[in-house]
Amino acid sequence: MPKREAAALGIAAIVLVVVLPVCNMLPAGSPLAVSNFTLNLFGKFLTYAILALGLDLLWGYAGVLSLGHGVFFGLGAYAMGMHLMLEIGSKSVYQSVLPDFMVWNQVTALPLFWKPFQSGAFTLLAIVLVPGLFGLAFGYLAFRSRIRGVYFSIITQALALSAWLVFNRNEMNLGGTNGLADFKTAFGFPLHQPATQRGLYVVTALTLVAAYALCRWITLTRAGKVLVAIRDSETRVLFSGYSPAAYKLFVFVVSAVLAGVAGALYAPQVGIITPAKIGVLPSIEMVVWVAAGGRGTLYGAVLGAFGVNWIQSWLTTSYPDFWLLFLGGLFMGAVLFFPDGVVGALGRLGARARRLVSRRPDSAVSTPSVSLGRPTP
Amino acid sequence: MSYRSTVLLSLVVWLAAGAAGHAAAASAPSPEVAGALADLTGDDADKREAAVTVLGQTQDPKWRQFLGALRDGSVYARTRAGKTELVVGGAKATRGDQDVIEITGAYDRRPLGTVPLTELKEVPADRRLRLAIKPFLDADETKGQLADPDPGVRRGAAVKLGNQAVAGAAPVVEEALKKERDRWVHHALAEALALIHLANGDPAQRAAAARALGDLHSESALPALQRLAADTAASPAEREAAVHAVRGIERWGLLTRTVETVFQGASLGSILLLMALGLAVVFGLMGVINMAHGELMALGAYATFVVQNWFRAAWPAYFDSYFLVALPVSFVVAAAVGLVLERGVIRFLYGRPLETLLLTWGASLIIQQALRLWFGAANVDVSSPSWLSGGLPVMVGLTLPYNRMFIIGLATVSVAAMYWLLFRTSAGLRIRAVTQNRAMSSCLGVRAGVVDATTFAFGAGLAGLAGCALTQIGNVGPSLGQNYIVDSFMVVVTGGVGKLAGTILASAGLGGLTKGIEPALGAVFGKVAILVAVILFLQRRPAGLFATRGRNAEA
Repeated sequence: MPKREAAALGIAAIVLVVVLPVCNMLPAGSPLAVSNFTLNLFGKFLTYAILALGLDLLWGYAGVLSLGHGVFFGLGAYAMGMHLMLEIGSKSVYQSVLPDFMVWNQVTALPLFWKPFQSGAFTLLAIVLVPGLFGLAFGYLAFRSRIRGVYFSIITQALALSAWLVFNRNEMNLGGTNGLADFKTAFGFPLHQPATQRGLYVVTALTLVAAYALCRWITLTRAGKVLVAIRDSETRVLFSGYSPAAYKLFVFVVSAVLAGVAGALYAPQVGIITPAKIGVLPSIEMVVWVAAGGRGTLYGAVLGAFGVNWIQSWLTTSYPDFWLLFLGGLFMGAVLFFPDGVVGALGRLGARARRLVSRRPDSAVSTPSVSLGRPTP
Repeated sequence: MSYRSTVLLSLVVWLAAGAAGHAAAASAPSPEVAGALADLTGDDADKREAAVTVLGQTQDPKWRQFLGALRDGSVYARTRAGKTELVVGGAKATRGDQDVIEITGAYDRRPLGTVPLTELKEVPADRRLRLAIKPFLDADETKGQLADPDPGVRRGAAVKLGNQAVAGAAPVVEEALKKERDRWVHHALAEALALIHLANGDPAQRAAAARALGDLHSESALPALQRLAADTAASPAEREAAVHAVRGIERWGLLTRTVETVFQGASLGSILLLMALGLAVVFGLMGVINMAHGELMALGAYATFVVQNWFRAAWPAYFDSYFLVALPVSFVVAAAVGLVLERGVIRFLYGRPLETLLLTWGASLIIQQALRLWFGAANVDVSSPSWLSGGLPVMVGLTLPYNRMFIIGLATVSVAAMYWLLFRTSAGLRIRAVTQNRAMSSCLGVRAGVVDATTFAFGAGLAGLAGCALTQIGNVGPSLGQNYIVDSFMVVVTGGVGKLAGTILASAGLGGLTKGIEPALGAVFGKVAILVAVILFLQRRPAGLFATRGRNAEA
């Protein structure tokens, strides 16, 4: 990892992990205080950033565009949510050991697949394994038969639609349209207390730092180089004796797991998980975080997840009618004018400024370059 | 007895009755009826209802008429010389400072002069009473409908009589059956008659009726027949006939359901085909997956809505023909938007399919939100022209709706037009050339940009046409396109690019498969099963049904 990036990453990590929680602990009147609401909002954005990292690894590096990552996010979130629902126990509205929605649906016994989630350890394992194994199975079938490019994107979109439909069904015993909500405690800590939320935030921030380090490490290894090569010309990689399918499968599973972990951290912080987080629109929104931030650069994905969601939380409260118009415009603008996102645009701007100052020829300036065109066969 | 003598006789009887009525001023009604009339003026709701039943069951048309008046709230009670009497009110007027009303006798409608309204007390007809009256009046009405010139009305009346299965209706139905010429009304009448016999006849009649119902494939008789088959009190002959009939009807039901499923599959396949045609040609030509295709459909649907409103406002007399105007209008509107989209943004992104996918998704969000802001988020109402509502009865228990048949026809015409365009015109030749080898075609003087633009506009127009057709079978709302778009992508993926046959086969296959497994798995899990099936299918044929074979390693 280049020294400058390591330093920047270190500073960002310290700000996110230490400074913000400390500011949150300051009394409300002090000028540096960060409100509970803001910290919670940041925690949500951080979970999105974890997901965006995985998506960027998959799309920005390996060139595989998944329009179904909401499904993996949802799998992680529901796994966590199921444990939190069971933790409520009989403190729920109906004072039954069953989650409330099951009482409404006249389910008398806990369904079999819910039972293991009573164990916290199993839940933590499931958060990684369920999205991971599902991603493995789906990716194996898709990449083995060389479904790629637009075909893969469409299949993943169909996956998102199907999953959304299935999670909406009451007979799945996953809460139907209302999803899972009203969590009281997480692993024994009461969720309504600021201290618990702060703790969750710190865990999320640490996870983000770890995920960033993992993704960065992957891109620096030989495998990372192969991924970029696959993006630029899959056929040449194939003819060079590598198996693109295996590499793509690997990175797909990594990004699925990251999405699942992000979902698991999302559920207790936001307090609800519904099928609305799984469908076609949320899944493709995740792609725009990466596109707007700058794909092919990991910090671009993180910035994109932060920036787009910040704008979203502002627009949807102030100008709800214009959010979709803005989102559509963002899609078009990101593709047409900022193909390498805000990060790339800033990089180009910076390079031009430096060029103007030093009047050196172009060749000396290295701009972060993302190959966007389909390679000529 | 000849017709003439019947008329004569009834005339004589009527005259005699009238004379008798006049003679004995209020010919004393039977004690039952008198009691009922007394109850009607009371306050006890149960007794009032029972009174209506008594009057209705007299089968006397005059009492029926009285019940009609009662329902309309024009029956009054007046007390004269300590006796309460019911009268029917007629025309009201104002005389001096008094409101007066003409009254007639309750039963014979003998004019009783004009009296002030204050002398009368209205006999109220509340909801419960009106409900009690309804079946008696309906029975008359239904019998009248059997003589209606419209076969649809006659058939409806026959079905109703069959469901009511009142013994008294049998002669009327028999009479109508003799005169009926229309095949489907005749069938419905025969069914009604058999149902009446099954409910009211003696054992021999019941057995015959059961056999007849079996021959008529009467689905609506199934519960009654099953009851008869299980009825231990019935004779063996009856039960055997009933069992036999049930078996026959069930077998027939299976047949009709199969045919219906096939038809529904064809109809869904046609919708998918209408949408996928445009998508597939554009994808084959430019490698562009147009995520805004669904919104172009929604535009077509809203164009239909607007045309409908024009017609409703300006030419209400020609309202039925609005749809014929809406078809080309929706094509043009969607094609124009498609053209703007292609020339405005998409052409900058050729050769970058994933980017185009995101770009068109962005465009779809904008169009969708614009529609929502302009027309509102709620669904709008598009009414069918009369020639598209209703259906064609093809066999007993199966009516094929005209709107679905229209869509199948429209898809067929569109495919034919597409074939003609691609293989019989010089524009089609150029499209095929650019699809096969863009660089080479450009070198040979084909203006690829023009081909792209016209093809994209044409594909968008087809989406608009599909949207127009969809207004006839579904809701029209801003998210109309979203409901079908993923399915039509699956068609494109399954069908492969570059061959129309692949698209046609894939839409027929997916449409048929969806409708085939929906009854077993339900709509949601059916969709999941389709996705699994497509993924497994792609294991065998990664590039779809008809992949263009070549030496290109990328393909």
